[in-house]
Amino acid sequence: MATDFTFSDSAARNAAGEPETEKMSLSMGPSHPSTHGVLRLQMELDGEIVTKADPVVGYLHRGDEKIAENMTYNQFVPYTDRLDYLAPLANNMAYAIAVERLAKLEVPPRCQAIRVITAELARISSHLMGLGAYAIDVGAWTVFLYTFGEREKLYRLFEELTGARFTTSYTRIGGLARDIPGGWLGHVAKFCDEFPPILEETMKLLTRNKIFMDRTVGIGVISREDAIAYGLTGPNARGSGVPLDLRKDRPYSGYGQYDFDVPIGTGGDCYDRYLVRGEEMRQSVRIVRQAVEKFPEGPWFAADARKIFAPPKDKILTSMEELIQNFMLVTEGPQMPAGEVYFEAENPKGVLGFYIVSKGGGVPWRLKIRSPSFCNLSILPKVCVGALLADIVAILGSFDFVMGECDR
Amino acid sequence: MVSANTDLTYNSKIEGDVIVSRADAVINWIRSNSMWPMPMGLACCAIELMAVAASRFDISRFGAEVMRFSPRQSDVMIVSGTVTYKMATAVRRIYDQMAAPKWVIAMGACASTGGMYRSYAVLQGVDRILPVDVYVSGCPPRPEALLDAVIKLQEKVKREHSARRLFSP
Amino acid sequence: MPSEEKPGSDSAVTAFKARFPQAVDRPSLDHPAVNVPAADIPALLKSLRDDSGFDMLADLTAVDWAEGASPRFTVVYHLYSTARHDYIRVAAGCPDDSAPVMPSVTALWPGANWHEREVFDMFGIRFEGHPDLRRILMWEGYPYHPLRKEFPLAGIDTELPDAEVAAETGAGLKPAPMMGGPFVASTGQINMTEAEPGAKDESWTERNEKPGP
Repeated sequence: MATDFTFSDSAARNAAGEPETEKMSLSMGPSHPSTHGVLRLQMELDGEIVTKADPVVGYLHRGDEKIAENMTYNQFVPYTDRLDYLAPLANNMAYAIAVERLAKLEVPPRCQAIRVITAELARISSHLMGLGAYAIDVGAWTVFLYTFGEREKLYRLFEELTGARFTTSYTRIGGLARDIPGGWLGHVAKFCDEFPPILEETMKLLTRNKIFMDRTVGIGVISREDAIAYGLTGPNARGSGVPLDLRKDRPYSGYGQYDFDVPIGTGGDCYDRYLVRGEEMRQSVRIVRQAVEKFPEGPWFAADARKIFAPPKDKILTSMEELIQNFMLVTEGPQMPAGEVYFEAENPKGVLGFYIVSKGGGVPWRLKIRSPSFCNLSILPKVCVGALLADIVAILGSFDFVMGECDR
Repeated sequence: MVSANTDLTYNSKIEGDVIVSRADAVINWIRSNSMWPMPMGLACCAIELMAVAASRFDISRFGAEVMRFSPRQSDVMIVSGTVTYKMATAVRRIYDQMAAPKWVIAMGACASTGGMYRSYAVLQGVDRILPVDVYVSGCPPRPEALLDAVIKLQEKVKREHSARRLFSP
Repeated sequence: MPSEEKPGSDSAVTAFKARFPQAVDRPSLDHPAVNVPAADIPALLKSLRDDSGFDMLADLTAVDWAEGASPRFTVVYHLYSTARHDYIRVAAGCPDDSAPVMPSVTALWPGANWHEREVFDMFGIRFEGHPDLRRILMWEGYPYHPLRKEFPLAGIDTELPDAEVAAETGAGLKPAPMMGGPFVASTGQINMTEAEPGAKDESWTERNEKPGP
């Protein structure tokens, strides 16, 4: 976006009458309302146009991967919550499935259905938050309040199921922490009925809003080739026309039995990414409805995994063998075979991958978390160049990244 | 508006529309009921902080919904989230830029003591670099817990000897 | 469930191994994996991207096998084929154990830029041909590489990145108080005392003094 400047302002001219231009170095963040966490964007500006943008990440680097090398697989579950802290249940599920792949363990259909319902509700929660934060950044306060009202309903559902509103630590290797409480599915179904009209109402505030469209259409365009070259995944890639969705391409946890569409954008600009997220929320409601209808009976944990999943509590408290088994599991961790696995799950922000190298035993040798936000942010130096300073906020909001995940 | 303690004296028949009170009481009352937070939203606790600002838990009942991201205009810094060593310098700089009187709420386990992140990169408690007034436990604390912290801070502010500091040289 | 690799991918991988005999099989529990010599990484990955259809770099990371193993550092690439929806894992050991280097693949995938910076930050592996190799997660002047096995989880005493703030607050980078946690028991120990749940990183506990400055 080359622009010609005519400096008619005499203040910008030196003694000889020539325009004096100098690039300005601007550091945005790490504490900034629009950086969605602790991202620092070191920019060089030529007037209002950004000529160079260098994101500085690592302000939330907590050492998760090193911590994982010192803990058993189940002890690490709370740390996965806090990766993408807007959709903790989705991270829990991705991690549990990755470790179960290591053990070649299959969880029963009921457990898979619960995981799918919680992951899709987490997706709705994450996209609502992304939408709310994006709207508030471009100036629409009302949308933020509406989406947070809906998220409170979701928090109530999560709290009923797991005990925590937010950082749930719900999955275990080989199953879940507990079964669903009675009546929970009814509450989920009620949410699925109440949510779509409110979503439509909220999105109506933005979708054909002239101000919003002026701020997002044609801004931050990412081409298809760039999206693949930089490893973009999730709604950011789909907004650019890359038809990648691991739930359809490599179905896991029973996603293959549900009927849903994957929205793909055409323009690759901020507006497309916004629309993709909105449509994904509607599709998530569709998946949850089907999962609730088809909800299977049966065990909610892998019953044959004696060295991996703890036996039922009543057995632990009464029978010696189960007591010892529980003791070994808690102290030594779920015993995994030696080997390497890499599993990626379709999280709300993109593709969350876990690469686990195990030398046997209950503690991994190396755990690498392939974080979607880290890869999504790596394209910022390219996308921001040529944009106006005011558009940077719109671009950052449309990326919907989370620093907890980016920095781990 | 007569309360149980005799901080405020008011008798309309004698004084009319004049309230006689202690300077401390008035200054502290004003300060505690319009505490503008500087949200140092770093990690997951920031989401609960936003939930407190949203409609269900409404921090504006306490006069604190003006979450300006400018330190010059805020009174209380709510450190919500894990403070890493890399971020610690920015947090301290921002605290220094806040104008007195200023307070700090350390929200959540990570801000109070480093939380469950006992690692090489995490500052074990923001009180290493800032003087903290209220600690809130929880990971993340429920919004009600944060509101309780705001109330405790209000009570703490009401106990301060503000007039002495304000009017003495 | 561990998915069977589709026939298209199998043939692509077999053809690749036929073209490049230096790529040997690597044991893997899920995806096809190969070990390749470090110097051949750019050429082989280019061939995988252009000829075998693995167009997306899913992940780039490294593993430290601890002192005593050779090669000590292995860089692992995961490639994904957007058309066939399959992965392949490519691993290469770094030639030098004390100053590991690896050719960079940023020319093939610009997204590898940040991944390689992270590997450099965490392991100290230098990538030749990387346009801008500097730390990404820790701050610029941080002296250690945290994910190396000899680096303790609690950290090592260092200065805060900003000298002004360090002087003002008197704070420094101090090792975290591990105090014997997190509790994990080691498997396969006959001696019950050794098998007791304890910390993996016992450099600082109630019984051991914190290591001196």
